[in-house]
Amino acid sequence: MRRVAVIGTGHSKFMFNSEKTSTEMMAETALDALREANVQPKDVQAFFLGNAWGDFEEGQATLQTYIANEIGCFNIPATRVEGACSSGTMAAREAFVWITSGLYDIVLVGGVERATTLPVPLATRVFATCADSRYEYPLGFIYPASFGMLCHLYSKTHGIPLPRLKEMMAGVSVQSHEYAMKNPYAQIQKPLTKEDVLNSPMIATPLQLHDCCPFTDGAAAIVLAAEDIAKKLVEKPVYIAGVGQASAGRISSQADYYPRIRARELSSQQAYKMAGLTPQDIDVCELHDCFSIAAIIAAECLGFFEFGTAGAAWEKGATRADGKIPINISGGLKAKGHPVGATGVGQICEITYQLRGQLAEQGRQVEGAKYGITDTMGADGVVTNVILAAQ
Amino acid sequence: MEYKLPFKEYDKALRKNKLMGLQCRDCGKVTCPPTMACSGCGGTNLDVRQLTGAGKVVTFSTCYVAARGHEAELPYTVVLIELDEGPWIMGNLIDIDPRKVTMDVIGKRATLSYKVFPRDEFSAGDAARPAFCILR
Repeated sequence: MRRVAVIGTGHSKFMFNSEKTSTEMMAETALDALREANVQPKDVQAFFLGNAWGDFEEGQATLQTYIANEIGCFNIPATRVEGACSSGTMAAREAFVWITSGLYDIVLVGGVERATTLPVPLATRVFATCADSRYEYPLGFIYPASFGMLCHLYSKTHGIPLPRLKEMMAGVSVQSHEYAMKNPYAQIQKPLTKEDVLNSPMIATPLQLHDCCPFTDGAAAIVLAAEDIAKKLVEKPVYIAGVGQASAGRISSQADYYPRIRARELSSQQAYKMAGLTPQDIDVCELHDCFSIAAIIAAECLGFFEFGTAGAAWEKGATRADGKIPINISGGLKAKGHPVGATGVGQICEITYQLRGQLAEQGRQVEGAKYGITDTMGADGVVTNVILAAQ
Repeated sequence: MEYKLPFKEYDKALRKNKLMGLQCRDCGKVTCPPTMACSGCGGTNLDVRQLTGAGKVVTFSTCYVAARGHEAELPYTVVLIELDEGPWIMGNLIDIDPRKVTMDVIGKRATLSYKVFPRDEFSAGDAARPAFCILR
């Protein structure tokens, strides 16, 4: 299987109330990525776009075809990939697979979302279209409640009293805000204390406002190329060492594993196996902290900590830039923001920056990082992971 | 191949307070709500059977925000119930003040009732939904 590299990145500022359309945000970041890759639009052979809800946000479906032609990639195959919050990572995985197959040499991957055009109750409804629409949505399902249920079950399963667990969870949000303040792309750049988290409004028990990521507008792009071509185009390609993807049924069908996320364990194991690595080899991680408890569970399912121990690890600093396994040094979904379709592509950009060693000026470089992993989970269990390697 | 227990049949029964599920003739596992293949072995050798609707609370969350169309119900509690026949099912918890639901509810016995979701602009019609009462 031939190797595939990231040779260009583009990343918008993540924000509330973007004045630019999804097409405009995506076009700008796509051209930034092409420029960095020393690739002309006419050299791009295919475009994969992660976008979850353009239909609702702007009344715009099939964004992919307009964006491809908008940026001068005329008439190329353009494919929209939809897997809720995992859409962007899935788009990257599709591009990777097509390049390894030999059909394409240079592929553009994008992700975009403009979720803040939607009033919050409508956004909550639209996000909940990812739940089982016949058997689980009608009872008033919302994603905060889904993770609220996971949180209570986690507390019970691991014998961690809820007030203690909530303190640990608050620590996850606090760390994310701290790093987001150093990241110019981050949506929320203000400090947060544990007290702020624990005094914030209740959303769905036991999750409070600051246990939850915001709604976000933003775009991100990467250019992927086959190794031989990548080496000719750029000085420092960052390689995709492994990918994984897994799915799951409706939440109630995951009874045998909850509060573990089986799809995440399977997806990450695929990626580790393909890369020939173990969790101990990973130097930096961007994972799907849509809620504070989600970060704790994800870090365990990815193999970084024993089950029931990740919250304490955050408290001890194990997840900081100089810790055992630096996690969400971008600010994560909580504070960097979560423009759904763009989130996974943004994570790949972030790990690429870390592996190139270009974040020292921002004061959040993980020293000597060689391997990094990204992690997104959409809906009830659409998980995709990408492992990147500096060499 | 025909779908053994389509939503329409399941929904009709739930509106009579009857919870229908599927039992696998090969591995014995009970699946509810229904799926095409057995949730245990993936086989399709399934019989439709009525379940007791009794079980115990696995976990819960009380919502203080709602999706558009559900605001009037706030606050309300969502639960996962482990049915006596094995499968988990999601429902609402009723006959209890949602503000007072704590982790003490986990493990408590509960029994089936139902409510109807009237439909909204994104749903394919109305739907009965399980609503559980804690047995005291």
